[in-house]
Amino acid sequence: MNTYFIKRFIAMIITLWLIITGTFFLMHSVPGSPFNEERTTNEAIQKNLEAYYHLDEPLIVQYGNYLSSLLHLDLGPSIKKSSQTVNEMLGRGFPVSFELGFYTLILAVISGITLGIIAALRHNGIIDYLSMSIAVLGISIPNFVMATFLIEQLAVNIPIFPVATWSSPKHMVLPILALATGPMAIIARLTRSSMLEVLTQDYIRTAKAKGLSPVKIVFKHALRNALLPVVTVLGSLAASILTGTFVIEKIFAIPGMGKYFVDSINNRDFPVIMGTTIFYSAILILMLFLVDLAYGVLDPRIKLHKKEAK
Amino acid sequence: MELRKQEEQNISPGIPDEWFVPSVQNQAEAEAVVRPSLSYWKDSWYRLLKNKLAMAGMAFLIILALFAIFGPIISPHSVETQKLTSQNLPPSSEYWFGTDDLGRDVFTRTAYGARISLFVGLVAALIDFIIGVVYGGIAGYKGGKIDNLMMRFVEILYGLPYLLVVILVMVVIGPGLTTIILALSITGWVGMARIVRGQVLQIKNYEFVLASKTFGTKTGRIIRKNLLPNTMGPIIVQMTLTIPSAIFAEAFLSFIGLGIQAPHASWGVMANDGLSTILSGYWWRLFFPTLFISLTMFAFNVLGDGLQDALDPKLRR
Repeated sequence: MNTYFIKRFIAMIITLWLIITGTFFLMHSVPGSPFNEERTTNEAIQKNLEAYYHLDEPLIVQYGNYLSSLLHLDLGPSIKKSSQTVNEMLGRGFPVSFELGFYTLILAVISGITLGIIAALRHNGIIDYLSMSIAVLGISIPNFVMATFLIEQLAVNIPIFPVATWSSPKHMVLPILALATGPMAIIARLTRSSMLEVLTQDYIRTAKAKGLSPVKIVFKHALRNALLPVVTVLGSLAASILTGTFVIEKIFAIPGMGKYFVDSINNRDFPVIMGTTIFYSAILILMLFLVDLAYGVLDPRIKLHKKEAK
Repeated sequence: MELRKQEEQNISPGIPDEWFVPSVQNQAEAEAVVRPSLSYWKDSWYRLLKNKLAMAGMAFLIILALFAIFGPIISPHSVETQKLTSQNLPPSSEYWFGTDDLGRDVFTRTAYGARISLFVGLVAALIDFIIGVVYGGIAGYKGGKIDNLMMRFVEILYGLPYLLVVILVMVVIGPGLTTIILALSITGWVGMARIVRGQVLQIKNYEFVLASKTFGTKTGRIIRKNLLPNTMGPIIVQMTLTIPSAIFAEAFLSFIGLGIQAPHASWGVMANDGLSTILSGYWWRLFFPTLFISLTMFAFNVLGDGLQDALDPKLRR
């Protein structure tokens, strides 16, 4: 376990370093300086600006500086909003985005698992077909389409919920719903198919033969094993929720990290793009790492296989 | 000897010897198969035909392809012509899907968006297929250290958040159709490579591959003729599932302003334009592009599921 943990940890650091390096050089390969726009300042001012942001130094020195400031968890200043640093922006945006993402994940996991269990228990019944149709629909409808549909129906046509912003629990309902449908559908399908597989296993038959109640069989014996595949996709689901927050925050005018990210893309504010990308990637890689560890803890069989499989 | 003769006689007490004539059997007839033999592909095809949902998806996709090809031709309006006298008109016999705020015909633009979506989806899937099959094929076939090294690289790419990478690349090389496809292909092939590699790893140990090797067949030929045809099932399924994710990515990018640029029409661009007028009640501007995005993704997803069931009956549940 320990060597595996260390190996994964090192791999995680390497991946993160690759992302940082890749992002840095990609961003600096964009031709032109961020300061030549239409209302160009005169050359002296431009020189000063470049000196202020260290853009006049050789690329490799800039890279070194950036890495060392990253080690101090400093993501640098924004170029377009000169009074702000990337850290301040993330500090303001992250709690909001985290709230949105966290509730979304909770809703998706709970409703997805419930839907999947019901479908598996009523295999090939009407409820099964119905919930699986809902699931395929949920996977097919992009989150921004879902969001616009919800706004149109539940905020404009029948004004139950507010159209936008993020100030009260009532404001949170539509964005969370819009963001949770896709992940929920994926979890539901996965739970269903792994439940169906587990339910045919011998130990379930044994449990039935012992005369255990169906509730106990499902929750105590079947579900524990059926949920393992669900745990593995949590990492990639977190990724899709994360990218989903970009559009959802844009549509609902939520002042989260995603909004800063999309704004910075449109403004070509490279330090902000770089900082948010690295921050996002770090979160995601950490999630994948934790999921992997959790998986090893939850399923003792994995440890044995890992050595041969990889 | 004595005993045996006695036994022979005992077998047929009272039955005339001429009854014991071997029946004349037609060898060819005995070998004939009554039920027509089905190849793997035919068998899968029949299974797919029975799947109503998958067939509905396929039917929709055929209609969509026709719509994409002929829609802009049969429509009396062009994609980019702006007519300021007919802004935001609701659907009518003149404008079948209505018009947008610049007086452009939504029907023509939707059909044009279908072209872009299908093009992006198919080309992205094709590129993923080529890179993924070559990469995964080599890794799986060579095995050992080479496989280990190649898969380490794939693992790192697999850990990267797909859309984030695509967004970064789009920022650097600028928006447009070619860059979308390029950005999607940079990490898109990874899933395909993993599937092909896993399949090849398994199949290469079968006897017929060994036989082929013993005959001195070259590696390239073994991969092409022996291994790939047997991995085609999972590859096709993976491709049908790549297409909707590419279509989604294009719509997503266009929606946040990084994809197809005006004046070109894409479903994502149209949805984004339509969203800003949602409070004005011009529902058709949002409705048609989003309807087409969702239906297309739905059709590809159910077709992919159906293909999975049809091509791999063992996995069927």
